[in-house]
Amino acid sequence: MISNFPFIAVIIFISLGIYTLLFKKNLIKIAIGLCLIENGANLFLIALGYKKEAVAPIYTLAPAGQAMVLPTPQALTLTSIVIGLATTALVLSVAMMVYKHYGTLDTDEVRRLRG
Amino acid sequence: MNLSNHLPILIIALPLLTAFIIPLIGKINKKAPGIFATLTLGISLIFTILVAVKVMTAGAQVYVFGAKSTALTLPSGLQFPIRIIFEIDAMSIFMGLITAIVSFLGALYSLAFIEKEGGLDKYYSLLLLLTVGMFGMELTGDIFNFFVFLEIASIASVALISFRGPQAGEPAEAGFKYMVVSSISALIVLFAIGIFYGQYDVLNFAALAKLIRYSQLDKIALALMVPVLAMKAGAVPMHMWTPDAYSEAPAPITMILVAASQASLYALFRVTFSLYNIQLDTLTVGWIIIVFGLLSMFIGVTMAIIQKDIKRLMAYHAISQTGYMLLGVGVGLAVLNDPVALPKYGLTAMEGGIFHIMNHALYKGLLFLTAGALFYRTGTRDLNSMGGLAHSMKYTTIFFIIGAAAIAGLPPFNGFASKLLIYESVYRFNPLLSIIAMVVSILTLASFVKVFHSAFLGPKLPCFKEVQEVPRSMIFAMAVLSCIIIFFGLFPDVIVKNLVHPAAMSLIEQSKYSAIILGGR
Repeated sequence: MISNFPFIAVIIFISLGIYTLLFKKNLIKIAIGLCLIENGANLFLIALGYKKEAVAPIYTLAPAGQAMVLPTPQALTLTSIVIGLATTALVLSVAMMVYKHYGTLDTDEVRRLRG
Repeated sequence: MNLSNHLPILIIALPLLTAFIIPLIGKINKKAPGIFATLTLGISLIFTILVAVKVMTAGAQVYVFGAKSTALTLPSGLQFPIRIIFEIDAMSIFMGLITAIVSFLGALYSLAFIEKEGGLDKYYSLLLLLTVGMFGMELTGDIFNFFVFLEIASIASVALISFRGPQAGEPAEAGFKYMVVSSISALIVLFAIGIFYGQYDVLNFAALAKLIRYSQLDKIALALMVPVLAMKAGAVPMHMWTPDAYSEAPAPITMILVAASQASLYALFRVTFSLYNIQLDTLTVGWIIIVFGLLSMFIGVTMAIIQKDIKRLMAYHAISQTGYMLLGVGVGLAVLNDPVALPKYGLTAMEGGIFHIMNHALYKGLLFLTAGALFYRTGTRDLNSMGGLAHSMKYTTIFFIIGAAAIAGLPPFNGFASKLLIYESVYRFNPLLSIIAMVVSILTLASFVKVFHSAFLGPKLPCFKEVQEVPRSMIFAMAVLSCIIIFFGLFPDVIVKNLVHPAAMSLIEQSKYSAIILGGR
């Protein structure tokens, strides 16, 4: 049971993120929602590779006979974190541009494009 | 070292490298980045054509990263591939050709179109990155690699959509919407990748296709991936970003964005056909795709008729045309398990749908470029304030007529060829679908007649007295597209036989797709 906790956390992260995207009207909060989903996906990948009482997968430094966690999900997660950084930076800079022109971050008022 | 073995990676590596050199070149000369980017994409186009010829003659190509030989997919007798592999079959290279043509012409058109604006070096390096992302999505055989390229393409395209953001609010708004949509799709794809990796310990499409057991988790992964990829492709009901993003991006970028949405569409087909294929309840999923397609067709075209902004109108048509592709391929998927119906009309429907992808990229690209030409000279996208432009912009008028006739499916242009394939085959599946498709086509024609009338016909307006024909690089890009459109319209059988049929076959034959990497079974 306790080994399932990370996956429950994943579900909580992602559902909170989707809730934020759907119901919050502030652009910065939407950016935070994206971050939450991203963290959920990253945690999911890391939790997949976890093994009880295993050490970090540094081959040359691990004691002999000691089990190591799976390194591939960690590599995947690292890539995804880097991509997430770029995404977040871009979302925030676009939100800044929106604020400069509209004077607000409220999605109800940032609505010149419609129809 | 035999360079021709490395062609698949050069298609991507060259623009990627140039993308990061361009800001340096921009410091030396202000005009150089554009020329440099266009040349790079031209060379990339040549490489793509060379690879396409190789795929057509010698069958699917693989490129293994970091292996002793580029064709060594299973080193030291392993049962599954461990390296990142590019797997280029007929469908991948078909999409790659579209990307190559469209991005080269987009860069060429940009030379004059974007000349007066600041930040040119950034513009061209983002354009190259967007191209790299699209090529990567289409050529890769590795699902995580696909995610990375998907993100590269989204980040580059968001920055390009909001390229005019510092001057006006709307591009930033459109960019924000697109960013949210594409981040969600990419993250959900990542989640699905996690589901696959947790079960099968492989990230390779081909190996996954062989190992997949269609468990409950796989169904969840499919249910996650199909909607988000359809959303990125701009199908109704997740189309809300399309008109905003397409209309606010600079015209050449819009043309490339159309191809980028189609790269997502390609991924959708790859997942449903090559990954799941007959293990799937094809009739149900086929009908889901057909219904998506019908809704896109109808809602897209009805929304287009009421638009006053020329690029927004065309963007709604892009949604509607995506519906045709989904319809054709959906019918193919619905009868995939039926040995009688598949060769009888299922294959033709798939060919029609796939051929329409290329045709759509060409004529919609041409139409967006003519809209860009009008904007370049008149400074407005509002159809009500345009008029009488045929007097002063003769070439643009001709190109617009060609594009409009092609999108409405009039012979002898390419839209007719692929739409006829779809009508014929879909009629034998379900006559009603075919009739709806024809009605949508008529509505498309109606709406383009309206655009033609209000923008080009009528007396010369006094406010557009100074308007002249657009610069040469823009005319050249539009002329090349028009020539390809007419060629495809006159000789559709050549294209269908050499490009489209192998592409459709490579989607249908799942075992062949995994056999390319894993050896014959």
